[in-house]
Amino acid sequence: MAANDNELWWASETFWKKTTIWTTAVMFLVLVGLTLDTMSQIQVGGKRVPAYSAINHRIDYKMDESRHAQVPVIGIEEPLFGKKLTEQEAEALVDHGKLTMHAKNCMDCHTILGNGAYYAPDLTKAWLDPYWGSRGVREELMVAFIKDPTDKIHNSLGRRMPNLGVTDTEAHAVVAYLKWMSTIDTNGFPNNFKPIDQEN
Amino acid sequence: MTALRALDSANLNGGQKLAVKYFTVALALLGVQITFGLLAAVQFVMPDFLFGVVDFSIKRMVHINAMIVWMVFGFIGSVYWMLEEEAGAPTVGLKLGNIIFYVFTAAVLVVVAVYLLVQTGPGEIETQWFITEGREYTEAPRWADIGIVVCLLTFFYNVAATFSKGKVTGIGGVLLLDLVALAGIYTLGMFYTTNLTMDQYWWWWVIHMWVEATWEVMVGCMMAYGLMKVLGTSRKIVTTWLYLEVFMMFGSGILGIGHHYFWIGTPQYWLSIGGFFSALEPLPLVAMVVHAVYDAGVHKSRNNNHPAMGWLIAHAFGNFFGAGVFGFIHTLPQINLYTHGTQWSASHGHFAFYGAYATIIIAFFYIALQKWRGDVWMSGNLFGGWKWKWSMVLLNVGMLGMIMGMLVAGFAQSQIERAIGGATWTAFFAAQEHPWFVQGMHWRLAFGTMFAAGYALLVWDLLTIGKRETRPVQSHDDAALEAK
Repeated sequence: MAANDNELWWASETFWKKTTIWTTAVMFLVLVGLTLDTMSQIQVGGKRVPAYSAINHRIDYKMDESRHAQVPVIGIEEPLFGKKLTEQEAEALVDHGKLTMHAKNCMDCHTILGNGAYYAPDLTKAWLDPYWGSRGVREELMVAFIKDPTDKIHNSLGRRMPNLGVTDTEAHAVVAYLKWMSTIDTNGFPNNFKPIDQEN
Repeated sequence: MTALRALDSANLNGGQKLAVKYFTVALALLGVQITFGLLAAVQFVMPDFLFGVVDFSIKRMVHINAMIVWMVFGFIGSVYWMLEEEAGAPTVGLKLGNIIFYVFTAAVLVVVAVYLLVQTGPGEIETQWFITEGREYTEAPRWADIGIVVCLLTFFYNVAATFSKGKVTGIGGVLLLDLVALAGIYTLGMFYTTNLTMDQYWWWWVIHMWVEATWEVMVGCMMAYGLMKVLGTSRKIVTTWLYLEVFMMFGSGILGIGHHYFWIGTPQYWLSIGGFFSALEPLPLVAMVVHAVYDAGVHKSRNNNHPAMGWLIAHAFGNFFGAGVFGFIHTLPQINLYTHGTQWSASHGHFAFYGAYATIIIAFFYIALQKWRGDVWMSGNLFGGWKWKWSMVLLNVGMLGMIMGMLVAGFAQSQIERAIGGATWTAFFAAQEHPWFVQGMHWRLAFGTMFAAGYALLVWDLLTIGKRETRPVQSHDDAALEAK
């Protein structure tokens, strides 16, 4: 069966060995190149991943006709919890929020930018979710919910979020992190999301 | 010869003695994975089940972490299994390898104990070091990350030193390259940053490059060895196919990583690059099916280990359908926009991990047991042969049922939550409450229970197969085998 394999280049072991090595090397180099470019585009403070101080502003999620996708829009000044933060303060607060979300393992129920588990709602645009009623009450409702969610209304399934022992400080930080998360340009994910009314 | 064929480690070479230790822990951890999967599946149907005691996040974390660890143990075991035969030399540094095995196993137990007993920590960096990193799949705390890398490096030392002492076969060369990548890539995920997009970018390097690149190459090597062993396929053929497969796997899979970069804040060009290359990712899996089926045909399926051959074929098809087809159906960004992070992902995940990896590791369990019991008969009319057949049926049908339950739920979810509702809180629960979704979750639980029964039977079979056989292993066309 393998008698004339040596005559056929496409059935030769060495041919495929070389092809494999070269292809792997080239693809890897292309990936490194793309990674370098991506790194420069996803620095905090850039167009795609805004500065942490964006939490001092109103965030919206609007259709961009040229891209045919919804994109985050950073609007008028609207500080979180009514307190305008410096860049450093904002970063520290968002960082604390992110650390808290790691520590409470949020990602093994929720999805974050679509990644995680599928037991609870996606958090990518949680800050803009109409579930939080209106602009005026949203911040405090979110903080209260995160601190002690168990007995609050979730859905008609009876599926609930457990009390994870989140402190008041941590809950505020988590809300800051969620607000900042909503500013990331995710190429229109989630699609058709209808944000909370923030006009009045 | 006695009537009972005992498990006798005198039948094994040094590497294989270590391999069966890894296999034993792997099989036990598969049981842990199934247990916690079932608990999580129950909670989808009865939300208050273990609520506040072992919450969904903890069940799910143990479920997926047990999976990663049992599969890694299965791979390490498989490599130790073939090492001395491939290299033609005894394992170098076996004693160290043995110590690392116990350290690794103990570390896994500590990590799981902390997951279950401590569960969460304060929002400080220390939590990531000692309790959990809180990132899906890589939840293990940082100290364990470092431990994993140390274990993988020791393992790599065993393998590399043994091959360099003996000879480096084609399979050996590919394995070495693969193990370097496997350990190296893992380190890329071991850092913390506030920048979420940056975080997920490198996190995907670890997850994708393990699961869709280096693990696939690993099973390519295992398949090559398995076909030689079980069917008697010639080394030249399996090696040529292996190169072809690795060429296509790395050719498509390295840039296929782009399908994880659609929606995390990374530039728009990833939509095209990820869509195109990940659409090619099924190709090597087609090649693997063709290879396995072709070889089986050429040899008229005259194999000397029916359970192993059955699981190798299950692997070829499971890899193709689970990783290939089920990945492809939602990998294009136009579709993925509506399916990403829904039960589609869960359906694909179950099919892919089971089809591509669980199956072939089970095949290696059977290859190992045949030799462990002194090259015992595992062909037709096997004593107690109903057990492996029925466990295979229960596991495969149970898994397919779970996959379909989740897929139907996923269809409902992508329509109701995503396309219509736009992924808000209300839209999410509108989908979760919909009868199609709810029914899908019930079916998943029912078939999950069937899967668990299949596992119980598998364990029983692995403990007893070949025990009462007096016949020795059936030979391939031995003369032909030697000539190749």
